Amino acid sequence: MLSAGTRPLPPAVPVRWRHEVRAAYAIWLRELIRFVSERARIAGALGQPLIYLAIMGTGFGATFRSAAVPRGFSYLEFMYPGVLGMTVLFTAMFSAISIIWDREFGFLKEILVAPVARGSIVAGKVAGGATVATLQGVMLLILAPFVGVHLGLTQVAGIALIMLLAAASLTSLGLVIASRMQTMEGFQVVMNFLVLPLWLLSGAFFPLRGLPLWMTALTRIDPLTYAVDALRGMVYAGSPLAAALVVHPFRLNVAIILVFLAVTFTAAIVTFRSRED
Amino acid sequence: MQTPIIDVRDLVKRFGPIEAVRGVTFSVAAGEIFGFLGPNGAGKTTTIKVLATLLRPTSGRASLAGYDVVARPGDVRRSMGIVFQDPSLDNRLTAEQNLRFHAMLYGVPSREIEPRVAEVLAMVELSERRRALVATYSGGMKRRLEIARGLLHKPRVLFLDEPTLGLDLQTRNRIWEYVVDLRRREGVTVFMTTHYIEESEHCDRIAIIDGGRIVALDTPDALRRHVGGDVITITSPDPPSLAREIAARFGGVARATDGHVVVELERGTEFVPRVAAAFPQLVTAVAVKQPTLDDVFLKLTGHAIRDESASATDQLRTMARAWGGRR
Repeated sequence: MLSAGTRPLPPAVPVRWRHEVRAAYAIWLRELIRFVSERARIAGALGQPLIYLAIMGTGFGATFRSAAVPRGFSYLEFMYPGVLGMTVLFTAMFSAISIIWDREFGFLKEILVAPVARGSIVAGKVAGGATVATLQGVMLLILAPFVGVHLGLTQVAGIALIMLLAAASLTSLGLVIASRMQTMEGFQVVMNFLVLPLWLLSGAFFPLRGLPLWMTALTRIDPLTYAVDALRGMVYAGSPLAAALVVHPFRLNVAIILVFLAVTFTAAIVTFRSRED
Repeated sequence: MQTPIIDVRDLVKRFGPIEAVRGVTFSVAAGEIFGFLGPNGAGKTTTIKVLATLLRPTSGRASLAGYDVVARPGDVRRSMGIVFQDPSLDNRLTAEQNLRFHAMLYGVPSREIEPRVAEVLAMVELSERRRALVATYSGGMKRRLEIARGLLHKPRVLFLDEPTLGLDLQTRNRIWEYVVDLRRREGVTVFMTTHYIEESEHCDRIAIIDGGRIVALDTPDALRRHVGGDVITITSPDPPSLAREIAARFGGVARATDGHVVVELERGTEFVPRVAAAFPQLVTAVAVKQPTLDDVFLKLTGHAIRDESASATDQLRTMARAWGGRR
């Protein structure tokens, strides 16, 4: 006789939160393993900001004069926190968008058929995207001395924290979009009509002062604005640049990022749940 | 029979105006290899998806390992493993990493993960390639790895949706050896779908499904008997006398042809030793040909299982798979 009939049934545990945490951890770990194993991706993610800093920083630096920037400070210094924000934005979005690949190559089915709550899948994915984006961003801090910025340990910790929160909310936003998209073609549309405006309106490349009213309004609804502003606050801590360039108080920035995170994370869970398969 | 491991009653699944599954009822016993045989679009995959809690039934009910698929999806999922029609591995992870990921998603206790991963890899003979990226695997290796993964968390039921689609004959046979062997070793119930007639021969019982309905459900032998008798060809030095002798002694129709006697009757394999013992001088060689399940399918549904559209879909799927493999 076969042993199937005698094997005990798997235990039915009503609250399985430990299992859910472990499943989310597995999804997070996969993102990290893939990140570490893809050297080209790391090199690319470091190279792109370098190009921006080298070309735009030098190019604009020659002509850039803003009443907002005190004399004696370079455009490079101004742009550096913006490049950090840009890196976090692109890495987080890319990480979220990778579920379209997972769907196309079938791996998403393996995740969706597992005995894991959709909320845990989203949590794992968001944690993964946030970690990877923060790692990318922190790697760029090595460049700080070359652009004339000097960071203490508290600043580095503060920068990492802002990156982590911003990346988590941007990954969540990316998941909301990606879970509704079937193909990679839609990705270009998202890049052009969402990621680029988010990026350009965030104040990463020009000071958000003395702008026309309509544009100020747009920059105010761009959540990345608050992340870039908070990063400026940390990067310029103790420098006259902080007083000149930082728009909002640090706590307000963090509070707005947290609200944005709560909204996008909830939306990601809701959209993920509403899909039948 | 003990409580069935899978029990399906009047299951209906509708997608808008299309009724993919039109009221199917069947049950599968623990430890059985059970097959769904039918052309593409017959409702095989839809039924599996309902059983795997990936689709909600429109009406009717289904249970797996005693758990209702609508009321207890979590318990159902923990009790089953599934190998999808198309690959669902992460090509950029190694075999081991894919398996560990699965183990954590299915709640395999930490200390059991490594021994279990080693065990299933050994079963499908991939131990030596366990640290290689899945992207470097051949189609057959990927399929074996997926079967190993489906078994990792010791499910009570393993679903195999077209497990050998797009694989060469040798690999297909190898995969069947694994399936039969793992039923023996793990005692797992195997529920598979196929539209390869010859593969359903490996099943204990087959449900022939067409147009969303089960048109027949029985053992492969019984299904073949349903069509008619076996054809026995006897080589003889004197065919006319042998034909007369057989007709006189056993009844039935025996036709003498050039050097052979052809007999058609119900249980050919039982007849062979008797005719050989009765007329040792007149029988040189005996061949028995059973009707194929192709004949069964044709008789029950009025059309052949593999029509043009099915093979076109097949080609597309094989192409998609080849493309996916290059990722």
